[in-house]
Amino acid sequence: MAPDADPRTETPSSPDEAGEVMRAAGAQGRRLRIRGGGTKSSWGTPTDPPDVVLSSERLDRVVEHNEGDLTAVLQGGVPLARAQEALADSDQMVALDPPLGNGDGATIGGVVATGDTGPLRHRYGAPRDLILGITVALTDGTVARAGGKVIKNVAGYDLAKLFTGSFGTLGLIVEVVMRLHPRPPRTVTVLGCSDDPDALGAAASAVAHSPFGPECLDVSWREETGEVMARFGGTAPDAGAAEVMVLLQQAGLEARLAGDDDDRWDRQRARQRSTDGAVVRVSGLASELPRVVRSAREVGASLVGRAGLGLSWMALGQAEAGELVSAIEEVRRRLHPFPCVVLDAPVEVREKVEVWGDDRAVPPLMRRVKTRFDPPGVCNPGIFVGGI
Amino acid sequence: MIDAGLVEHFRRICGHEHVLTDRHELRTYESDGLRHYRSPPAVAILPASADEVRQVVRACHDARVPWVARGAGTGLSGGAIPVENGVLIVLTRLNRILEVDLDNQRVVVEPCVTNAAISKAVGPSHFYPPDPSSQVVSTIGGNVAENSGGLHCFKYGFTTNYVTGLEIVLSDGEVVTLGGKELDRPGYDLVGAFVGSEGTLGIATRITLRVVPEAEAHKTTVGYFESIEQAGQAVTDIVAAGMVPAAIEIMDKLTIEATESWTHAGYPLDVGAALIVELDGSEAECEARFGDVMEIYERNGATGTRVAQDENERALIWKARKAAFAAMGYVSPYYYVQDSVIPRTRLAEVLKRIDELSREYGFKVANVFHAGDGNLHPLVCYDARNAGELERAEELAGAIVVACVEAGGSITGEHGVGLDKKRHMTDMFSEQDLEAFQRLRCAFDAEQLANPDKVMPTPRLCGEVPGPYRKHPLEQAGVAERF
Repeated sequence: MAPDADPRTETPSSPDEAGEVMRAAGAQGRRLRIRGGGTKSSWGTPTDPPDVVLSSERLDRVVEHNEGDLTAVLQGGVPLARAQEALADSDQMVALDPPLGNGDGATIGGVVATGDTGPLRHRYGAPRDLILGITVALTDGTVARAGGKVIKNVAGYDLAKLFTGSFGTLGLIVEVVMRLHPRPPRTVTVLGCSDDPDALGAAASAVAHSPFGPECLDVSWREETGEVMARFGGTAPDAGAAEVMVLLQQAGLEARLAGDDDDRWDRQRARQRSTDGAVVRVSGLASELPRVVRSAREVGASLVGRAGLGLSWMALGQAEAGELVSAIEEVRRRLHPFPCVVLDAPVEVREKVEVWGDDRAVPPLMRRVKTRFDPPGVCNPGIFVGGI
Repeated sequence: MIDAGLVEHFRRICGHEHVLTDRHELRTYESDGLRHYRSPPAVAILPASADEVRQVVRACHDARVPWVARGAGTGLSGGAIPVENGVLIVLTRLNRILEVDLDNQRVVVEPCVTNAAISKAVGPSHFYPPDPSSQVVSTIGGNVAENSGGLHCFKYGFTTNYVTGLEIVLSDGEVVTLGGKELDRPGYDLVGAFVGSEGTLGIATRITLRVVPEAEAHKTTVGYFESIEQAGQAVTDIVAAGMVPAAIEIMDKLTIEATESWTHAGYPLDVGAALIVELDGSEAECEARFGDVMEIYERNGATGTRVAQDENERALIWKARKAAFAAMGYVSPYYYVQDSVIPRTRLAEVLKRIDELSREYGFKVANVFHAGDGNLHPLVCYDARNAGELERAEELAGAIVVACVEAGGSITGEHGVGLDKKRHMTDMFSEQDLEAFQRLRCAFDAEQLANPDKVMPTPRLCGEVPGPYRKHPLEQAGVAERF
């Protein structure tokens, strides 16, 4: 059913106003789409335009920065970059570095809702690992809080984790409490090159199992050659870097140090996104890295990955929709049974492939969760797994 | 009472000897680590496999009988205390390590593998970070239910940060696989929702855990101070210096006295507080930070310091800390422990308040806590042989919980709500918050047969099907009346 007018945009500026927008949408059965910075709005299964867009742009307050407690309370619409700026004054950070997290880009609410991550995940984990508390607005107008403001708390159900990565299908993230970490005073990066996927896999594995604990451990592959990248942070990062350089060399890689390394990591995380081609996120296993790299090579994709975690982002360059669809299906065939989720892709591609992969695997339990939290079914309907 | 036909059915599923109904045998299972609560089940069942668990749960569902799952029974919030006249499902026979996949830093286990066995299975190159002090006996299934913490949470996090996959049996007998060895499988993070749900959402029969490489070096130090406040300030300074030690623990004078009586670890008895700081990481990083820690000890007036010279001494320092609860018997016949959390920056004022409350009630309160994450463990010392002391000790402990919540903290950091703290849930959460929690519970267990009288302060229905009033399972089992 095509709507006859552009969707109305609501911009609540307080939790109560947000609750009211949600309640009204639920009561009137108006399909609602939540929007933060708009950097990931195209992700998920394509749907008809919504009736109402709820923009979090005015839910943009840094509510608390509890420096001594290493916590921050942020409204969902706070751009991640602005939060990081505020925290940097005390040499602290939310240890999340997803792509497009600069300027007015990704908001903390959007990053949490999609569970998006960057290279720092190797050491610090994903949004699910850093979120301490959450305030949500549901489609019956309920504004509820779960978790707390302290870094350790097991009271009540962990709704913060439930909402993290739920793509806004359960409700609106009004506010989050995040655990903070100190910014490492110094960083240094070790790089190791090879055009042999097995050598890259062996090198990454050696670093991942070593006792030297890098902040980031990534792999990169493009144009027939690859690189393992390990970043060390701390007051004395050079020693670990030197040890890891030896490990990379022992695995047959050509290794070197890169001192000034910010730009390099910016470029690395930027490659998780694509404006004209397609990006497929592979939930694999670290031990299968060579197979994933070879698959990328064989379909002509470039790849970035969290080498120690088994997560990879495969980027297919600009091509006809039909070619991209075939390439995505080929990747899935080669990497079965690893989940391969299509993130960025032209809409005509996303209409032809199952964005989330095999929807038959979605347990009825997930649908029951959706129904309990969003009984009218109006919150970001249809964009998530299994048509949720 | 449980229908005799149902008991027979359980016996057909699990074998005669694994279904206990004898009153004396059941006494073993009437309580857990919260020992002053007791409630014998009507029947205790010891299934041997996930499939037997499924059949037992299914039978309970068909008969609308509430049940509680139990591991080693070391929990301190009463989470495994049976429903009176209900079924207790004892999982101790599901104790196999199913797979060690070191290449991918994963271990797959049944629920009643002990916490310590995981690290042993992947050591010495790797370890499993969440380490509750009861780790030698407490089981992974229980750790998952409670989202257990331990001494190394400040840097490494909690059980929930290490569970990547679960096979669970829902209360209608359905078996659901959530997550796996891989990260970021599409769909809701129901693994994250299940961990810490205190046995109210189902039974985990297969658990996939992440393990991590052991650090290159450890540097374990102790600073001795005249007062807890000085030790607390040292912690603040360490965190402000940008350090994330693997563990930061404080023991007060009374705790040191108790634990020294037992472990003889060499802590001096004439100090007000001991601060244990363990750094880990690369050798170079530990050395660089070690000097900073010693300087902070000195700056805050440490009367002495100790540095572990080898792995044995490190183990001894930790042995004393881990024995703190058990050793309380040396200074008091009974104790009641809470695990409230405060924002660490409010430590001094909350400790002052605890001291005032301790004087007001006339009970000694020992303090031992995870100082990095503000997780207190006030141990209220009392003597249950004196009439009324237990009640007054509980009242004092409750007042401490309230003081912690008022300081912006939480009623529980790692022990769980269970029976013990459900009355405090409303100190921390509004009715709307509790209703939101209930939505999750209803999605998993609409009949609320799984551990029904835990976590939530008052029984509430799922209200999915409009129509005539239906009895809450607790009412049906004759445990609760409608109120």
